[in-house]
Amino acid sequence: MGSTNSTLSKIPNVEELMQETGFTPAHIVRLYDRFEALDKEKTGHLRPQDFGAINRLAMNPIGDRIIGAFFSPGQETVDFHSFVRILAHFRPADKKRPKDPSMPEPVNSRTSKLKFAFQLYDQDKDGKISRAELLQVLRSMLEMQVTEEQLESIADRTIQEADLDKDDAISFEEFRKSLEKVNIDHKMSIRFLR
Amino acid sequence: MEDFNPFDNLLCILLGISFTVWFTLLLVFIIVPAIFGVSFGIRQLYMKTLLKIFEWATHRIERGAKDNNHLLYKPYSNGDGSNRDLDHASEFEMSDIFYFCRQGVESIMDDEVTKRFSAEELESWNLLTRSNYNFQHISLRLTVLWGLGVVIRYGFLLPLRVTLAFTGVGLLVVLTSIIGFLPNGRMKNFLSEQVHLMCYRICVRALTAIITYHDSENKPKNGGICVANHTSPIDVIILASDGCYAMVGQIHGGLMGVIQKSMVKACPHIWFERSEVKDRHLVAKRLSDHVEDKTKLPILIFPEGTCINNTSVMMFKKGSFEIGSTVYPVAIKYDPRFGDAFWNSSQFGMVNYLLRMMSSWAIVCSVWYLPPMTREEGEDAVQFANRVKAAIARQGGLVDLLWDGGLKRGKVKDTFKEEQQKLYSKMLVGTQEDRSRS
Repeated sequence: MGSTNSTLSKIPNVEELMQETGFTPAHIVRLYDRFEALDKEKTGHLRPQDFGAINRLAMNPIGDRIIGAFFSPGQETVDFHSFVRILAHFRPADKKRPKDPSMPEPVNSRTSKLKFAFQLYDQDKDGKISRAELLQVLRSMLEMQVTEEQLESIADRTIQEADLDKDDAISFEEFRKSLEKVNIDHKMSIRFLR
Repeated sequence: MEDFNPFDNLLCILLGISFTVWFTLLLVFIIVPAIFGVSFGIRQLYMKTLLKIFEWATHRIERGAKDNNHLLYKPYSNGDGSNRDLDHASEFEMSDIFYFCRQGVESIMDDEVTKRFSAEELESWNLLTRSNYNFQHISLRLTVLWGLGVVIRYGFLLPLRVTLAFTGVGLLVVLTSIIGFLPNGRMKNFLSEQVHLMCYRICVRALTAIITYHDSENKPKNGGICVANHTSPIDVIILASDGCYAMVGQIHGGLMGVIQKSMVKACPHIWFERSEVKDRHLVAKRLSDHVEDKTKLPILIFPEGTCINNTSVMMFKKGSFEIGSTVYPVAIKYDPRFGDAFWNSSQFGMVNYLLRMMSSWAIVCSVWYLPPMTREEGEDAVQFANRVKAAIARQGGLVDLLWDGGLKRGKVKDTFKEEQQKLYSKMLVGTQEDRSRS
């Protein structure tokens, strides 16, 4: 496909990006097309409003949090590279990769996926999911459908089960431990191929 | 010199014969039925044959993919398939957030409605590379079939369709102008209806659109407003070939302008000048005047707007629901197996889009005429609009339409978010109650 090459040449540092994220050229082109489609004003960056224009995302109870995950603290725009890096978290894990401790953790490994999910809960980025933060997420996911007491009891039970050092908050390690039986790769991967 | 003459003659004769045959076939099988509104059933047969071929092609791809260990792109469906993830959740788990998270990221990557297929249906390849993300060389037979498909589509179907399209449009312009000379009255209305219907039917055949109409007893009547969901510019042709409507739109220059001007000679359509479009009151007034005159045809409006001019969209949205006449909702749903009818206006222009449509196999869609609705006491225009939209969405099975813009974003967000939350909470609250009882 001739158009693949011409699109790729428009993207700076595309080799590096592919190395880092493990995306194939076809993926990158597809994501680039999507990026351009979202970037309606052709500024080369995306702002929260551009994400907000995606209706299905607006309907998602944690849509705002997901949008927030794309923007590093203090940043108001996202460029194509950051966009791709975040989406790379959702690549299915490479089962055949040898575990090489000297290389940095690949962005779609189980740990990285867990870190991404942890971030969605831990909005103040203090490394722990406090009871209040957990309640906030539950509230977004359930809102009018349950009473406040029910929300609180769900939160209490969750913390009770996961909080091992009894500090009334869930650290990343406790989070990871509570999910050790869950097939993260299946739940946090999007299979796509051009 | 003498050698050339017999060949020349032969060539001329052959050309002459083939043209005659061609045009006769065209006339008999396509134009005449269009005039009278009957159908030979050719398109239905065509559709069934195509489906069988697609099934075969799909199996080959799946087999090929298995042999080569490729990952197949399975278009996901939300609402049907991915809810299975939550079926295992009997209690809230920290991992439940993954479900929403993945849904969210999927919609960031791709949220076009086209990519939704039902979970049970196999991904079916319709021999168009534009709709296939898995195209690799699987087998010679498949490639040959695809090649044959290309030849048929571009060599035979496309010219045929373009001819028909020009015929249809040409006839429309010429005949409506002629009718314009008649004095106003029943004869004129009758003739204008017949002419419009005929020309639209020819256009429908120009696209090889195979349309199934449901619940025709609810067809829009005079003095009403017909509201339909808008998924492609072809919607107009699809609806107008089954009933007569007054169109609304902005006057364009060029060919569109010519068509619009001649159409309005035969029966009253509502065309706005570019400057008038911005004046909401003027728009509303003209629409209500038209609607009050019971001799005039029902207005056809797409609250999402035409794909031509997005500024006009804002005006019509509130306007059509504020007028206070009966609204006849119509749901149009395209079958994605045959061709991708959606117009990505940022990717293609109109001409490009039409060419794509005319070079696909067929356009298969269903039209449902829903029972009429009126605005109730204490309901404002926006709520009424939402209600109508919900009715259309339910009928067409279109849960998340790209239907937004003028309607207050806040309200839309809450309604649909609530549905998501309801689904999720059903599973949790159920088990919570069980726990408290024990």
